[in-house]
Amino acid sequence: MNIEVRAKDRAQQSKLSIIDCDFHPRLTHEQMKPFLTNQWWSYLQTYGNRQRHGQAKGYNYPKIVPQASRRDAWPPSGGPPGSDVDFCREQHLDFYGIDYGILTPLGSSTGNGDQNVELSIALASAANEGQLAYWTAKEPRLKPSIVVPYEDGVASAAEVRKCAANKEFKQVFLLSKIAEAHGRKRYWPIYEAAAEAGLPVGIHAFGYGGWPLTNSGYPSFYIEEMTEHATGAQAMVTSMIMEGIFERWPELKIVLIECGFGWLPALGWRLDKHWKRLKDEVPHLKMAPSEYIRKHFWVTTQPMEETENPDHLLEVMNWIGFDRIMFSSDYPHWDFDDPFVSLPPSLTDEQRRKIYSGNARALYRLD
Amino acid sequence: MSGALHAIDCDVHPTVPDMKALLPYLDDFWRETVEERGINSLETVTYPPNSPLTSRPEWRGKNGRAATAAAEVTAQVCDRWQAGVAILNSLYGVGLLFSEDMAKAFTSALNDWVAKEWLDQDPRLRASIVIPLQNTEYAVDEIERCAKDRRFVQILTLAMGEMLLGRRHYWPIFAAAERHGLPIGIHAGSAYRNPVTALGWPTWYIEDYAAQAQGFQSQVASLITEGAFAKHPELKIVLLESGVTWLPAFLWRFGKFWRGLRTEVPWVDRAPWEIVRDHFRLTIQPLDAPDDPHAVERAIEHLRSDDILLYASDYPHWQFDGDNVIPAGISPALRRKIAIDNPLATYARLKEDAR
Repeated sequence: MNIEVRAKDRAQQSKLSIIDCDFHPRLTHEQMKPFLTNQWWSYLQTYGNRQRHGQAKGYNYPKIVPQASRRDAWPPSGGPPGSDVDFCREQHLDFYGIDYGILTPLGSSTGNGDQNVELSIALASAANEGQLAYWTAKEPRLKPSIVVPYEDGVASAAEVRKCAANKEFKQVFLLSKIAEAHGRKRYWPIYEAAAEAGLPVGIHAFGYGGWPLTNSGYPSFYIEEMTEHATGAQAMVTSMIMEGIFERWPELKIVLIECGFGWLPALGWRLDKHWKRLKDEVPHLKMAPSEYIRKHFWVTTQPMEETENPDHLLEVMNWIGFDRIMFSSDYPHWDFDDPFVSLPPSLTDEQRRKIYSGNARALYRLD
Repeated sequence: MSGALHAIDCDVHPTVPDMKALLPYLDDFWRETVEERGINSLETVTYPPNSPLTSRPEWRGKNGRAATAAAEVTAQVCDRWQAGVAILNSLYGVGLLFSEDMAKAFTSALNDWVAKEWLDQDPRLRASIVIPLQNTEYAVDEIERCAKDRRFVQILTLAMGEMLLGRRHYWPIFAAAERHGLPIGIHAGSAYRNPVTALGWPTWYIEDYAAQAQGFQSQVASLITEGAFAKHPELKIVLLESGVTWLPAFLWRFGKFWRGLRTEVPWVDRAPWEIVRDHFRLTIQPLDAPDDPHAVERAIEHLRSDDILLYASDYPHWQFDGDNVIPAGISPALRRKIAIDNPLATYARLKEDAR
């Protein structure tokens, strides 16, 4: 993580090709207007978003810095961080020599998790139009994700089928905190449509499902909120495996974005161990839970766990598989991982090539 | 303590056969309530009675239950597995009750039942004080009442409750724990006030059970971020039936965010992993690791502490086969620490002659 302001003269072309699997474009509500009906635009002006929490403006847990963003990411043009394509190009894409960035639009303007699912449907569609109009049209290195109104599986599938006709879209995009666990039936139409389109499903940490962040209720602090994204993701992966969605859609690929990855091996061990005892409950599983993880899940690096002993991080990466780990920066957020310094220095060249770009290039079919 | 070289089994579960067993320990009002309102059982879905995890098949008696009497437990845990001491952690569902008054009455009855029907039956047995967490004042009263009996060596709570345990609301309980030198045990289980996952109620029991490990992570984060150890430096926490191997990666993540966000919680004045090594202990069963001894060795190495693990069979829960209470892959020197030294350092009262 770093909020350091880098001197421009330190910009350099990395020897290695870099693909950033988590680049946050900021789509403003104002930018959505051309893609919304007058009725929805007027509704938004009057009632605003309601995302299963109480704050009319802002977040349940105030971020540690405004917009959870690097202090140096506010563009001179005056908009919020991540809103100015030219500034992002200069500060991030060109500075680090990034080949491709996968767009991961967050925020209430995308309609994610709104209590009003019809509003989510309208905003998701607008967010997909907006990524094309405001971002990829201006910067072809950036690739859009299909935002879906995920609480309505059928409407989401329709949005996937509509967007997938445009090969620029590289994945179906969900959040980790949603109204039910991701393996539940209400979300199956999304996986069906993704499998049919041959697109991975990227699931980014955050969102508001309306449940407390822990199974003992709401914690007090933002540091807990950040930490708890991993526990929520553990329940998510568990659900996707136990509900059997990978038996139903054997080609389905899931990308865990900003969920961390250090916890994944231990989760696999836990599920395997107790599955051995309880497997008669879930006869639809045809192999051990960890085998589904190994076959169907990819992870992105940021926020990369910081181990006390650097060898332990490498061991964990090895347990996950170097063919499953993809670099991500989380630009422009405060906990951004710097492409030049965040990966362990002791990785082999081959491992670095896979993590920085090879795995993402293959998964997202870039080039 | 009989035989100084004998292991100390830190997690053993007595089974309450039904509510009738507690009737002698209730006053007239609550006895009548149990009968009039038809309260037959407080068993919980954390351990569905017939689930394979709830008991190994060969330990189930004629009624299908295991561990319903002290002699059953001591025969397996103390005689066969050579434990000199076994700590009883009752998981009877008094924590599920919503009435604070009913919770207080039933919890006291449960502790009295454990003292009389179990601790009085065999000098090798010790127990944890179950507390009515529904009301902090009642919980402290129950600690004060039971702590006089030195055979109670710990205070018992569950991994998932109405609120996270670090919340200041619960701090009078920590003060009582410090006062009496009692660790707080957090055992797998839920009061079912919140869904068992952050994504609501999952479909399958195996998901519920897997989610216990998430509950433990949240409790560790809460106890540290709220400053419980800054306020109560003698406080010790024992995570019981937690699965263990989630801990290192959790601390790497939590530690990373602590570096970035420590201004929010300035009383957390050192890295979470340091706090955990000083204040937390974990029981060894289940150990969520592959069967491969080398993988077990690596997973244990990631804990970076020889002091942190405590021997426990989790009897009668079916966590392992045969007699391998300590999984292969743990060195002989560490086995001794886990079985004897670490429990003695954790439970001050085990060093006393309890009678």
